[in-house]
Amino acid sequence: MTMDFIELKDIRRVFRMGDLELPVLQGVSLQIARGEFVALMGASGSGKSTLMNILGCLDRPTSGQYWLDGQEVSRLSSDERALVRNHKLGFVFQSFNLLARTSALDNVAMPLTYTARQLSDREAHRRAREMLERVGLGDRLHHQPSQLSGGQQQRVAIARALINKPPLLFADEPTGNLDSRTSDGILRMFRRLNEEEGITILLVTHEADVASYTRRTIHIRDGQIVDGAYGTGGQPRGGATAQSGGEAA
Amino acid sequence: MRLYRALRMAVTALRRNPMRAALTTLGIVIGIGAVIAMMEIGQGSSVQLSKTIASMGANVLLVFPSATTSSGASQGAGSTVTLRPQDAEALAKECPSLRAVAPSIRARTQIVYASQNWVPNEVVGTTPAWLDIREWPMGEGEAFTDRDVTTAQRVCLIGQTIARELFDGESAVGREIRVSNVPLRVVGVLAAKGANMMGMDQDDVLVAPWTVIKYRISGSQLSSANQSASSSSSAGSISDTYPSGAPSLYPERSTAQARDNPMLTRFVSVNTITAAARSPEAIPAAMEEMRQVLRRQHNLRTGAANDFEIRDMAEMTNTLSSTTRLMTNLLLCVATISLVVGGVGIMNIMLVSVTERTREIGLRMAVGARSRDILRQFLGEAILLCLLGGAMGIALGHGGSLLVKLLAHWPVLTSPAAIVAAVGVSATVGMVFGFYPAWKASRLDPIEALRYE
Repeated sequence: MTMDFIELKDIRRVFRMGDLELPVLQGVSLQIARGEFVALMGASGSGKSTLMNILGCLDRPTSGQYWLDGQEVSRLSSDERALVRNHKLGFVFQSFNLLARTSALDNVAMPLTYTARQLSDREAHRRAREMLERVGLGDRLHHQPSQLSGGQQQRVAIARALINKPPLLFADEPTGNLDSRTSDGILRMFRRLNEEEGITILLVTHEADVASYTRRTIHIRDGQIVDGAYGTGGQPRGGATAQSGGEAA
Repeated sequence: MRLYRALRMAVTALRRNPMRAALTTLGIVIGIGAVIAMMEIGQGSSVQLSKTIASMGANVLLVFPSATTSSGASQGAGSTVTLRPQDAEALAKECPSLRAVAPSIRARTQIVYASQNWVPNEVVGTTPAWLDIREWPMGEGEAFTDRDVTTAQRVCLIGQTIARELFDGESAVGREIRVSNVPLRVVGVLAAKGANMMGMDQDDVLVAPWTVIKYRISGSQLSSANQSASSSSSAGSISDTYPSGAPSLYPERSTAQARDNPMLTRFVSVNTITAAARSPEAIPAAMEEMRQVLRRQHNLRTGAANDFEIRDMAEMTNTLSSTTRLMTNLLLCVATISLVVGGVGIMNIMLVSVTERTREIGLRMAVGARSRDILRQFLGEAILLCLLGGAMGIALGHGGSLLVKLLAHWPVLTSPAAIVAAVGVSATVGMVFGFYPAWKASRLDPIEALRYE
């Protein structure tokens, strides 16, 4: 059996608070194929953030196995996980997390500081400019976050997530701080990245509207997957869940 | 390359808040500035001090005849006469570590000018080299010459105290004073020197060619300081006789006796030989050279005891070095305290900075920074901050000491060693006090850090 791009097997995560054991994930198994655009939905407290952290190699499961791109990442040391994050993953956060008083260009180039292969300053800036142009901010290279609108800031964050050309992008409530019109633009951008560049995208949200931009939705409740754990092996499922006008992107 | 990147990262981070960076590093600036300024001023005055002590004779070596023992009873130092003026000449010629050598003869006698009389503390018969050894400049007139010594010219130099006591404000140069009823012409007045370490007035001195003291003065009444009480019959008659009018201690010897027993020949003796080493460091070498030359001069066999004694001013050099040591230690204390205070300031602000930038740290970790990358980043910031502070401190301290030199005319000496040390110390302070905040930053959990508000 060929392994999927992402494969979780019986992932459990228990938080310890003093004597109290708090099981947050209780045996999560799922598969995501390369090139999928998946939404991870669940109410707050359902364990979706914990699952997201494990998927994003920020946290380690208490038990269970996690293969990412054929690599067992659940047992890696923190330094090795940092390397995986740098090379294979991109993150987009709800609150953008841009460095204040730093130009868009430098914000986007920041992850290159931590890549093993050192790029020259010129090369790093060239690539950052390319990424910003791709998200439509070619004319805002030297603006600082405070001079950009929310949508623009999120697009800088997307450019930053893409700078290392990762095959997998995590977006944690990427539209949570944006109005609906801006949200639409951002979500379309995700879809375009997924369709045109084949980047696998995992979108965490609690809004059905947002989830509707994706091709597949995984529902999680009380630390267990209730729906959508296994997709169709990476094949696009047609427009079944993508109703609201994303095709134009 | 990695260093360059860390440096640029630190510069970028500091430039985001230059005012805070400047205030943070102020402690280091003041600390290093104080150290540099005190170092430069301290070294300047230390050099000045060692010059002063040298003028009191830190480099001076004294040769005394050693003690004799008569029937088991020591006669005390100087009870034999073994030193000759020729010894001084040999020492001057053959000891490379010596700067100058002078024989000296001491006497105590009364001097008279017009109706005034005075008994100087010291009446010294010597050569002009003695003034060089004592580093004693002339205040007025000129010193006597070596030629005056060989020809026993009746000249002398007087100290400030004698000039004041005998001449009371008038110029003494060219006047004639009577020393033990021998008229000596004053050719010069020595510059004021003040009291020595024992509190003795060094200016209460009369210096004359040793030949004059030896042959014209100490030959007459040395036993009594009061020449007016003694008979004046010998006055004039002695001064006409050369080489010596001293009453002979022994009966006239025949040629045969002299040939049979040459040791009994009385030679011209001096009380002490005074010498100056080239530097305080050269003193041990100089003493060894003198020992060898004198043993040869005195025909001492191997194994025979020295018939002379060489003394240095060890106490003075000790005083000098202990003063310098005390100064250095005090400086070190002040430096340590101010740098610790500055370092705590750096640590404080770095801790605030880490807390403030928790989300940034989380983000950096999320995009692939390892904990050691974070550690390096914050440590780099602290070190850079301290180095900048150190550089400013060096400039401030140097400027301060220059200002002191210009305004207060204190002696100041730029110390490259202190500057190098200041750079090293400020980097160390940055490392020591920056480590804890940086370590704390590197231990952050990326999930917690990203969620931090």
